[in-house]
Amino acid sequence: MTATTMRAPAMAGSVITDSATMIRRSLRRMRRYPSLTFFIALLPVVFLLLFVYVFGATLGAGIGGAGGAAGRARYIAYVVPGILLLTVAGGAQGTAISVAMDMTEGIIARFRTMAIARASVLTGHVLGSVLQAMIATALVVVVAVAIGFRPTTGPLEWLAALALLVLTSFAVTWVSVALGLVANSVETASNTPMFLTLLPFIGSGFVPTQSMPDLLRIVAENQPFTPIMETLRGLLLGTPIGTSGPIAIAWCVGISVVGYLWAIRLYNRVPGR
Amino acid sequence: MTVQASPAIKVGGLRKAFGKTVVLDGIDLDVPAGSIFALLGPNGAGKTTTIHILSTLLLPDAGEVTVGGADVVRDPEAVRHSIGLTGQVSALDKQFTGEENLQLMADLCHLGRTEGRRRVRELLDLFEIGEIAGRPAMTYSGGERRRLDLAMTLVGRPRILFLDEPTTGLDPRSRRVMWQIVRGLVADGVTVFLTTQYLEEADQLANRIAMLDHGRIVAQGSPAELKRLVSGGRIRLEFGDEAALDRAASVLRVDDVDREALALSVPNDGGTRALRAVLDRLDAASIEAAGLSVETADLDDVFLALTGHDAHEATEKVATR
Repeated sequence: MTATTMRAPAMAGSVITDSATMIRRSLRRMRRYPSLTFFIALLPVVFLLLFVYVFGATLGAGIGGAGGAAGRARYIAYVVPGILLLTVAGGAQGTAISVAMDMTEGIIARFRTMAIARASVLTGHVLGSVLQAMIATALVVVVAVAIGFRPTTGPLEWLAALALLVLTSFAVTWVSVALGLVANSVETASNTPMFLTLLPFIGSGFVPTQSMPDLLRIVAENQPFTPIMETLRGLLLGTPIGTSGPIAIAWCVGISVVGYLWAIRLYNRVPGR
Repeated sequence: MTVQASPAIKVGGLRKAFGKTVVLDGIDLDVPAGSIFALLGPNGAGKTTTIHILSTLLLPDAGEVTVGGADVVRDPEAVRHSIGLTGQVSALDKQFTGEENLQLMADLCHLGRTEGRRRVRELLDLFEIGEIAGRPAMTYSGGERRRLDLAMTLVGRPRILFLDEPTTGLDPRSRRVMWQIVRGLVADGVTVFLTTQYLEEADQLANRIAMLDHGRIVAQGSPAELKRLVSGGRIRLEFGDEAALDRAASVLRVDDVDREALALSVPNDGGTRALRAVLDRLDAASIEAAGLSVETADLDDVFLALTGHDAHEATEKVATR
């Protein structure tokens, strides 16, 4: 449409300015309602504690080696990457809700009648959400470390793990922005991204995929979160990464592009009612 | 009517359907710059759809729509540079304070730090919301919210302002405040396009009115022109007997005679001078009227006459969200 073929140099400047304004809006909201960030971290922390202390000894024995306290300690290391992705997915769920809220409150209609860079409205949501998800992730990591999680690799690998988490968060957040736009109510928007939080379970997040029945195993091994979790595991605990790294990055880039195009398309089409 | 070189809004043959439901069925409008134009009609007439197309929120199915000299389909970006919209659904961030909402608009309009602050202050004063500016918008009353909403629209000084039912649900005092603000804007050269269900509002505010019914413009003109459409006001005279009635009819040269009621009606523009002239002529011919009543037309009559139903009646209650 016309918007995309506009005078490029003039637009480029306002894309950055307007996106910055929209990000400030997200950040201000985040500062004002810190409980939102806290709630994003809450579910993963509950699952972490549940899986480590209730199932940990048994699952620890299941993934090989002794059960009991040693098994539990081994299981903490195994489960943390899955828990981190659970946090990222939970953050994306919040994005869908806030996008849907914007839609119902008519402020998006206002933005759409203003001469502002179109993508900036959504970019603000996405980058704000990624930051929020990272803060929540930090909270989860603090709990994980407190109960005995010890990454065995060096700072460089940790940095790479952080980068991968940011990239994953960016990708799923674009998808959930689209889900927020496509939802006709805030309730729907809070439910549709739920499948994202299931993905770590139907993958290598909590138990190795080899233990699953054939059909499920094929799904689990080929869904995007599994290579991401395997890569995180490698970066944090030194397990072999193999081809998981490039596959994980390819998934993230692919999901980002699809999510972005879908969201922008919806944003430009949805009539403001 | 004065036809300006560049009308602020020009609409020709505008059509829009949602699925099989035809909402706008060939609309033509002309809004001169610096005037107030009211689109009047009952719920479901297509008012909001019209405003959404003019403000680039919806694409038309057919027709030419130019706003501020730019085509809404070919160059919506240019249209957005000159317009502001305050819709029926409040378009503000409820979690932000009034001041933060205005500041957000100032940032998006690229006003710069100093000018932005100044403009925010100015609007807080103009809309008398300075006292509540520090509270989150979710705590505002309906009237306060509406004022903040309009103030936000005005931050970027739009040349053309769209107001979708700006006073629906407001108490009479807030409504008058809103009218005052709209008049002030027009004095500054802003073109205002508003929709309303209230005939009084259109009559009070607008230079031109278009009456919309079931997706068609049934009448368009100044309030006075529209009122004239229903044969203006009338003076109704009643007489004691048929002889007096006949003599009066010949003296006043009217054919509109109701023999059964022994009454006749004389067209009247509503002024007292015309009324006195009628009475003088009867006096001069020594005819005594047994009864007299003055009927003045208002826009309600016009709407009723043109559409066969009341403008207020909610024929199709269209959800506004």
